[in-house]
Amino acid sequence: MPDKHSKHRSKYTLDRGMPGAFEGETVTRRRFMTGTAHGAGAVAAGAFALPALGFAIGPVFKSTPHRWEVVGTVDQFPDNNYVPVVITLVPNIGDVGKSTAYVRKFNPEIDTDAADVDSHTPYIAISSRCAHVGCPVRWVDASERFICPCHGGVYDLLGRRVGGPPVRPLDRFYTRVSGENVEIGPRFSVNSQLRRFSPRLPGEPVDGIGQYLYPSTPGAKKL
Amino acid sequence: MPKLPAPPLPAPLKTPPPRPGSGNGKKGPLDDVAQAGITVVDWVDERTSLSGAARWMMFRKVPKGTNWFYTLGSATMFAFLNQAVTGVFLAMYYRPEPAGGAYESIRYVTNDVFLGQFVRGMHKWGSSVMVVLVFLHMARTFFFGAYKYPRELNWVIGVVLLILTMAMSFTGYLLPFDQRAYWATQVGVNINGTGPLLGPYLSDFLLGGAEFNATTLSRFYAIHMLLLPGLIAALIGAHLYLVAKLGTTAPPWQKAHRRRELRETEI
Repeated sequence: MPDKHSKHRSKYTLDRGMPGAFEGETVTRRRFMTGTAHGAGAVAAGAFALPALGFAIGPVFKSTPHRWEVVGTVDQFPDNNYVPVVITLVPNIGDVGKSTAYVRKFNPEIDTDAADVDSHTPYIAISSRCAHVGCPVRWVDASERFICPCHGGVYDLLGRRVGGPPVRPLDRFYTRVSGENVEIGPRFSVNSQLRRFSPRLPGEPVDGIGQYLYPSTPGAKKL
Repeated sequence: MPKLPAPPLPAPLKTPPPRPGSGNGKKGPLDDVAQAGITVVDWVDERTSLSGAARWMMFRKVPKGTNWFYTLGSATMFAFLNQAVTGVFLAMYYRPEPAGGAYESIRYVTNDVFLGQFVRGMHKWGSSVMVVLVFLHMARTFFFGAYKYPRELNWVIGVVLLILTMAMSFTGYLLPFDQRAYWATQVGVNINGTGPLLGPYLSDFLLGGAEFNATTLSRFYAIHMLLLPGLIAALIGAHLYLVAKLGTTAPPWQKAHRRRELRETEI
């Protein structure tokens, strides 16, 4: 009988002295049947588990179409103060899909940073979603600050953080002028120099290494 | 009139002889009821051998010094059962519709359904009770050193149960769908998103997309009432099995008892 622990074991079951071995056989029938049954079980389990899993995590990888929404006429928005408008982020689910944006006209004297000096934003539309954990900020005219009620985040006129826990400026929306109407489009995030980034969730910094640690997900595709 | 002989019944159908101490052979209706119960239990036990398992589970040796702190685990399980039962009945009325239906159904349960406010209150306050009990149970285990060998795996299962309980609280918080529920969920999901690399994907998974959308509420509802309760029930089973298998620990102040003559010979 061959040594069980020898490195040069024969691959034939007959040589290894297994009971019921056949000539030229390398896998016993028992082992083969066990493997087949386990394999069939794995296929059957995978047949329902994998589609169910994909079904559950599928929305993560689905990109939603961009929406443009009319929020007012061009003469409605001054260039030195914000006008709140209600926009619909997700249609057909009532108030839950709505959010507030603060809109003013592009002002070349104050909007000198990178995000503003391009044709994407003839109007500045700032999202009310706080960049800390997503509470709704409000524009306080008297102090010229956006203030968050939850944890005390404070932002200046351009949406840059001036106090509290937020990790980046307030998000913005693309805007465009169509005839007499101002339209608001998809969201984008900005870093502390107001450079444009793909939309991120609140609490995710985009300065430095942050933009790589917190990737933009396919559902929030940039324009 | 002479008495007829008894018919030749098979052994299981014959009335058994009276047990010692059960009266002087006379049988009242209560004895028949008791006998019926015994017969049913015996019938089941003969086919399942469940009585051995029940004895193994319930009649365990318990160390000296066992006290009220040892009931915190059972109390937690009772809180979970309360959540399960009240949750099942709340699900009969709840509608996970974001466009007003969810809030309206909760309002209906609270204001209009008979005992609705009570059952909803049991579920709502019971969740806080369960979290408190989980932590007290955990503290008892920690301070009594009951997590040490050979019970480490039970500690690990307990930690998973703690996380699942937290996940239950988080997903259940959205369901009333009022302002607090909505904003707390926004904050909670965004906190999940602050984990590097995978965080943004976790957020999208929880919301079912990039924004709070039509499926978010039903997703939370399904996780809350189908996925997590199943996991928790299964892990409670494993937790209890290990408790029964390994036994409980004596409290740390309990000294080993030694016989007097042994103590004297040691000196």
